[in-house]
Order: sequence, then C-alpha cells, then structure tokens
Amino acid sequence: MEASSKFIARTALAGWLGELSARFRVWAPRREGRAVLYRPFDPQAPEDNLPELDKKPTESAKHIIFPRSEPLINFRRKRDPEHPGQFLLDLRVPEAPGPSLIFGLPPCDARGFMVFDPVYNGSGTDGQARDIYYLRRRAAALLIVRSCSRTLSTCFCNWVGGAPDSAEGADILASEAEDGFLLEPVSSEGAAALDSGLLVPADENRLKAAQAARDEAKKTLKPAPDISGAGKALLERFEDAAFWKGEAAHCLSCGICTFLCPTCYCFNVTDETAGANGVRLRSWDACMTPLFTLEASGHNPRQDKAARLKNRIGHKFSYYPELHEARFACVGCGRCIKSCPSGVDIRRIVTDSVGLTQSPKPKAAPRNIPGGKE
Amino acid sequence: MATQEELKKIILDVLPDVDCVIGWGPGPEPLCASPYFMRNPEDVDYLLAGPASVHNPALFLPEYKGRKTGVVVKGCDSRSVVQLISENLIRREDVVIIGFPCAGVVDASKIAAKLGPYGEPGETERAIFDKDALNLSLGGKELSIPLSEILADKCSRCKHPGAVISDYFAGEAADALQVKDDFTDLAGLESLPLEERFRFWEKEMSRCIRCYACRNACPLCVCRDHCVASSREPHWLAQANGVRDNLMFQVIHATHLAGRCTGCGECQRACPVHIPVLLLKRSLGRAVEQLFGHHAGLDPESRPPLLTFQMEETNIKEREW
Repeated sequence: MEASSKFIARTALAGWLGELSARFRVWAPRREGRAVLYRPFDPQAPEDNLPELDKKPTESAKHIIFPRSEPLINFRRKRDPEHPGQFLLDLRVPEAPGPSLIFGLPPCDARGFMVFDPVYNGSGTDGQARDIYYLRRRAAALLIVRSCSRTLSTCFCNWVGGAPDSAEGADILASEAEDGFLLEPVSSEGAAALDSGLLVPADENRLKAAQAARDEAKKTLKPAPDISGAGKALLERFEDAAFWKGEAAHCLSCGICTFLCPTCYCFNVTDETAGANGVRLRSWDACMTPLFTLEASGHNPRQDKAARLKNRIGHKFSYYPELHEARFACVGCGRCIKSCPSGVDIRRIVTDSVGLTQSPKPKAAPRNIPGGKE
Repeated sequence: MATQEELKKIILDVLPDVDCVIGWGPGPEPLCASPYFMRNPEDVDYLLAGPASVHNPALFLPEYKGRKTGVVVKGCDSRSVVQLISENLIRREDVVIIGFPCAGVVDASKIAAKLGPYGEPGETERAIFDKDALNLSLGGKELSIPLSEILADKCSRCKHPGAVISDYFAGEAADALQVKDDFTDLAGLESLPLEERFRFWEKEMSRCIRCYACRNACPLCVCRDHCVASSREPHWLAQANGVRDNLMFQVIHATHLAGRCTGCGECQRACPVHIPVLLLKRSLGRAVEQLFGHHAGLDPESRPPLLTFQMEETNIKEREW
C-alpha cells in the first residue's frame, strides 16, 4: 500500500481539487463564520474556497449522500380532455445525480456511512428493501478522509470502534505531513483518483511524519470505558420511566443531535403542492419530534421527550447493534454533545445505563465544573 | 462567592416543598454548564450560578405546570417567568422564584472569536471563572480573558440584573439600572438597502438545518408538540430545506413573539449553525415598544398588545389614514 502512497503540498491542493472537479462534484468543509459546513468546491475560484481542514465540521457529511430534502417525483395535475371532471397527472422523475467526491471528512463521518449501508442496501431483507436513491449516490461517491491531527473533549470514537486515523469506509486516507498531506489509497477507486501530475510519490520522511502525527492524535483521546453491556442494559432500562425522565430533564427535544448526526438515517415522504404543481419530497425526519410517531388516530405512543430520548439512545446502542452485527449506530463524533444547547451528553446516558455513572444525582466528584472555583 | 452559598441555602430550604428546583449544574465540557434539576439535598452542592449559567431555566416551567417548582433566575430569566405568568401559561402559586444579582453571562461566540480557530466547545481543556476573568487551558497554554470582553450583548443592555420578581433573593437586591437600549445591533443591517438585507438573510438561512432548536429553546414558544411548522393540515411550511421555507419559519416565530419576547436570546444561542435569529425578534419587539409602549416580561398583570385589542389604539390613527 505504501508504495503507491502520494504526497500533495498544501499549495497544490486547490489545483488538485480543481482537476477532480472535472470528474466529480467536489465537496469540502468550508468555514462560514463560526460554522464549518460541507459546501461544493468552486473550481472557478479555488483559492477563495480552500477547505477548512483544521476544524471538525459543525455538520456531518451525510447530506451529500442523503440530502436533507430530495425530490423523488415532480408532478403536475391537468384536466383530462376526455373526461372533463377528472384530472390526469404528469409525472417527471428528476435527473439522476452524478458522481460526488467528499474531500477532508473526518474518519467518523466516513464510518457514519457504514451505519447507513446495511439499512439501505437490502442486506437485512434479502435484497427486498433497497433504497435506490441512497445507493446510487453512495456508489458514485469517493471519500477522501483526513485523519484527525487532534481530538476534542467531546470526541469518543474510541468508545465505538473508531480511531482518529480510521480508514474504514474511506477511499483515500489523507494525513497531515509537514507542508501538505500524505495520501494513501484504500480502495481501487481511491488509487485511480491519485493519478495526477500534481501529486508526488510519498518519501520516507513524510510517511514517518504522518504516522507520528496520527499517533500523537490518538494519545489525546481519553481511554474508553467498557460499554459492551449497553445493549442489554438499555433493554433492561426500557420500563424505567424515572431513569429516562431524569436523563431527559434538560433535553429540549429539538433536532440538533439527529440532524448533525452522521448515522441518523430516518426520513419522511411528503407531497408539497402549489396550485397544479407539486413535488414528492423525501426529507430528514427526527425521532426527537412528536410527529415522528404520531398516528392517524391522534394517538402518540411516544408522548414526551423522555420516551423520544429513550428511543434515540436505545436505537443507537441496543436495537441497531442487535440487528446489524453488533455495530453501534454511533461513531463517537461528539457533535450531539458539542452543539447541544442544553448540555445533553450521550456518553453520560450510556454510562448511566450500564451503571458506570449515575445521573442526575452526581455523588462522585463532578467532572470539570465551569464557574466552579470560588 | 457568598451569593452562591446563600443561594444553596435558600434552595435547601425550598426543596422539601417543591418537585424540583431548576438551576444550572456542570455541563459536558468545561466552557458549558447545563440546566440542572435539583431534587435531593446533595444535588444542591453542584449548583452553578455565574457567568456560565447561560441557559434560561424558565423554559422548562410550562412542563411542570400544576406541580410546585422552584426556579433560580437571572434577571433576564425572571422576565420570561413574568411573561409566562402574564399569559397564564404557568400559575404564580406554582413557582418559587429564587433570584440573585447576576453579573452577566458569557457569549460562546465572543469566546470563540477571542481564541481564534480553536475556541469552539470541546477544544478547551479546563475553564475557571473568577470575578473578572475567564481563565482557561487551551492546547497546553494558559489564557486569561477579561469577562467584560466576552459577556453577551444582552447583558450590556440589561436593566434588571436582579430578578424583576422573586420569592427569595440571595444577596443584595439592587434598583433597576439606567441603561438605554438603542438597538445598535440592528443599525448595521438596517442601514443597508432592502435587497442587500434580503441577501443577508438568504445567506444566513442557507445554513439552516431546520432542527427547530431556536423554537424549542424559546421559553415563550409554548405550542411545543402543536407547532404550525410541523402541521400537515393546514400545511403552512414545506419540508423542503430551502431558504424560502427556512425564512418563512423564522418570520412566523418572530411574529408570534412580537410583544412577548423578552430578548433572552436563547433562540440565537441554541442555533448550531449560528444564524443571528434574535435580530428578527428584536426588530419586531422594538416595533411593539414604539407602537404600544409595551415592554414584555416586566408586569405579570399586563397583556401583550397583540393578544388583546382596544377599540381605539392610542398610537394607531386608523381614522386618519
């Protein structure tokens, strides 16, 4: 593998992404004020939209493969000339999307797609339930993962089988090496994308520098507790209403955690009409909202935020792993913790459930207390 | 801080008579506290009432309607409590209001700006607030930032740092401050031509992910599970995640809050992609102030002008049009 590794100088990066733009729609993280979002790379103005690679993107990359809202069919209603009292529908299927390339996503975002795959590729239904909209984008996407040069206090990929330099799900693994990036092909598609005159073969020093930086980043993660019992513990907690009311007390029941999450894959389908025209949309749904489980009768089996939070955590750490080879439906990116306006910490809920910690009655010494010193 | 100890004593006294006392406690990372629900005496040890107590605990009160609940409030939070009482969304006799002299809370955006590229939550290793400064460790370095430079904008225009209503008050209650709110935050945007203002909102709203955290963090957005935004029948908003529908929701939100919003700023603080949605509420709030002379959240007996009517409005000369 190392023999075919390449190196690209930071100064050549925009040029290479420009080159790739001829074959792919290129996406890369970009800073907008305080937020870092995945935006299309503009090859016409490459220097103006250089990727932000030092910071973890605020959002995950999932919307590139699984758009926030995606038109499935456009329709137009018109009068039937044969039967004037009736209507006909003109249907138009939107054009299929072309290939995309995501440059600079952190390893947790690439692993997020590994959680999506078994749900949508039909593997659990003998190929019966295949999501063509997801699969066609997924099959045509090239992922250039950048290993993390440092981690945040909200990061916990090592709890759930990840690492700051994990290549799982990647086509190319990019690692910071001095004045540029070491590019290691992981898949054959990745290797093909490294065929460019702007790249040079990686020399020994750069290979070493990249490895050293990756080892350094790994050291910044705190050791992971043993949460292998979470699946069983969460099932046992299912009827424990007091536990869930306590955990959810400060939850706002908003959609931040779900929508920033690289693994939350639920969607809704609605017809949006304006006059005679309309579109059938598939858009993100969130189990933290009441509408997610509202039944036509008016009954809602998940009446309160405690029931909704229980489902979210249970799904990620118990029900999903039960169905999909013990893989947690969480990649430990920590965005739900970092962006939660109310300080809900998914790690704490999991460790509470397995009995490693106890909330909301902190009896042991609390963790870092802001404003705590007097 | 003697105040913090006095607060704890008051909470311990109140605790036996209430379901819980809502305040602030340790959050998941050093720069951020978390709303905190105290039920047992030992919980009270971890109370944090200081510059990191950014959340508005009044938000949770309607959930506890009908149950006696204690709430620790900053001045701005107390205005939300008053507003909720005035609209009969909570009952005065259900809440035990505990005030303290607030010295302002920090704005995470300002901290991030001070710290450069590494100032986001999750990047700080340790943070301790003292009287005038935030001391923190970041990337192995020790830094100190004067509090005055990172306090939220709402604190600089705050007239009531102590509670406007309270059953208990820790420390010395002070008179209202003589501070003028001249809406400087709106001035820059309003100096632009209309088309440019619209382009500003188009750009901001293109980041919106429709998570509705702005709505759910708002103490006066009390429709909760029955919001027009998620109603299919009638269908006010499309699921399409475009600027048009994103902005439409913000306009609905701001309109419903005109004359009710107390400017606590939680909508804007909650936004994960940092859209300045408070500007919309401030603009409509100012219009209501100018038209009706009404200031939300100061008098539990008052009615928001848009929730009532007069045969002849004082400042609206209908017959002279």
